[in-house]
Amino acid sequence: MVKVDGRGNGDSLVRARNLDKRYQRGSEEIHVLQGLNLDVERGEFVAFMGPSGSGKTTLLNLLGGLDVPTSGTISVAGDEISNMASSKLTAWRARHVGFIFQMYNLIPVLTAFGNVELPLLLTRLSKAERRRHVEAALGIVGLADRMDHFPRQLSGGQEQRVAIARAIVADPTFLLCDEPTGDLDRKSAEEIMDLIDRLVHEHGKTVLMVTHDPRAAERAHAVLHLDKGVLVEGRGTGA
Amino acid sequence: MRFFRLVFAQLLRKKVRTTLTIGSFTVALFLYGLLVTIRIAFLGGADVAGVDRLNVINKTSLIMPLPISYRDRIASVTGVTGVTYATWFGGVYQDEKNFFPQFAVDKDTWFDVYSEYRVAKDQREAYMRDRQACLVGRGLAKRFGFKVGDRLPLRGTIWPGPWEFNVAGIYDGSRPDVDTTQLLFRFDYLEERRQFGKGTVGWYVLKLANPDDAVTISKKIDDLFANSPYETLTQTEKAFATSFAKQMGNVQFLVMTIGSVVFFTLLLVTGNTMAIAVRERTGELAVLKTIGFPDLGVLSLILAESVLIAGQGGIIGLLLAKLFTLGGDPTRGLLGTFYLPWSSVGVGFALALGVGVVAGFLPAVSAMRLRVVDALRRV
Repeated sequence: MVKVDGRGNGDSLVRARNLDKRYQRGSEEIHVLQGLNLDVERGEFVAFMGPSGSGKTTLLNLLGGLDVPTSGTISVAGDEISNMASSKLTAWRARHVGFIFQMYNLIPVLTAFGNVELPLLLTRLSKAERRRHVEAALGIVGLADRMDHFPRQLSGGQEQRVAIARAIVADPTFLLCDEPTGDLDRKSAEEIMDLIDRLVHEHGKTVLMVTHDPRAAERAHAVLHLDKGVLVEGRGTGA
Repeated sequence: MRFFRLVFAQLLRKKVRTTLTIGSFTVALFLYGLLVTIRIAFLGGADVAGVDRLNVINKTSLIMPLPISYRDRIASVTGVTGVTYATWFGGVYQDEKNFFPQFAVDKDTWFDVYSEYRVAKDQREAYMRDRQACLVGRGLAKRFGFKVGDRLPLRGTIWPGPWEFNVAGIYDGSRPDVDTTQLLFRFDYLEERRQFGKGTVGWYVLKLANPDDAVTISKKIDDLFANSPYETLTQTEKAFATSFAKQMGNVQFLVMTIGSVVFFTLLLVTGNTMAIAVRERTGELAVLKTIGFPDLGVLSLILAESVLIAGQGGIIGLLLAKLFTLGGDPTRGLLGTFYLPWSSVGVGFALALGVGVVAGFLPAVSAMRLRVVDALRRV
């Protein structure tokens, strides 16, 4: 059960305590997150909603080790990441986090296969092993027959599926999705959400997703609202 | 190797731009190859000059003669194992534009001191038998089509009048950088026919038992003739060859200046290309860092790209230059030698890679320092 009151038990996969994030913009200080607490258990699917500028993406960046909090702590699967050195954090991201972006962010000069293989280039897997993993990941997203296609030869929905394959190929601890359906038409968005559903229910993945789309949020086990840097309990959360 | 495909794929992103940048390297390194070839042609004498040889010239000027009587006195200096001499002739073959060097040399000692000159035994014997005989270098023979047995007329400029020689042989160099564009003829023929300057030579060349004694022996010889009407200046053959080449201008400086300008321009062109390439790919680089590519990994990818461009262009340009020089001297023998050694090709390749590293360094550092959060916000 997702908790935002800071009273989660020690088994939480993701655990944030008193998370604060401030930015300096000129002479003005922007307080994006204010004393935020969060506990997410393994296998949960959590959606974060809120108006633009409410700090959703900032929260995702902090949980994914792309940014560091001004104060507070974050631990994921027992690793305290809030004070980790940059180089360690990079290695940690490679091992634990799969990122899915709104704009897919595929490398245009690489084929679907090449894009999905990227995270595996950082591992010690042999070429044959990498191929096996990539084929499996592309199989899961239903694009095994498109592995030699370049991004420009794929539809938006297919590109996002390749991005999902890239996110899961190294079998990360959890997936962070930033508006994964934000750039897709309704039908493609439904297909992507079906796929994320399957990753959660069939493959046991933990997914944290930022979205503006209520239909996408409906699929999540829990929906949390961010308002002025504070997490508000929503559907599926518990004390 | 596992990242090679990623680096190579980036080169294909903007094919025209990559081709043009590789083309810049090709042209620059081709030019480098030619400049090195020309430098060797002019200063090759200095580079191949024997370390165990000294040249003795008139202290006043290279064009002032020395008495032939000095030969025995030089030969008597301890540490000197051989002495020969030569005189610049300065004849014209048919037309003044057909310039090539001609030297009157001592038939008995020249080839003992210049062991890198190779002449067939029978041709050498013919040269020794005929007072009017001459030997022409392979390059010179090729330039004018001279053959053994030809009668070769020259018009004297220092010693006016027609001079005729018989081509007794064609000499080669034991190394490719030996000048084979010269004509050597017998000093006794010059001595017999010239109207003035009898009993003098242009300069002496002496061979040392031990090259380490060069400084001591130079001083000994110059002291020997101090305060005489013909004071001497003894110097290493390299210094002599360099000063000889400098009479045609400071080729080394010219070559270095052109080369430096070319490489500096190349640095700017490639640096600019890489900077644009990195700026265009900010989002993609951020994605690579997001999925776990370390900062040094990103730096290496950009550097590898830059070095790959430089390497490809460099090797094409250098091979073209090598091929060009293998085609022969385009001046038809005006240059003493016309060849590009493989060692210079290697140096050129290393230079190209160096330019690639330097040009890619700043863009690579900016890619390395990219903050993922900021970059993703711009995507």
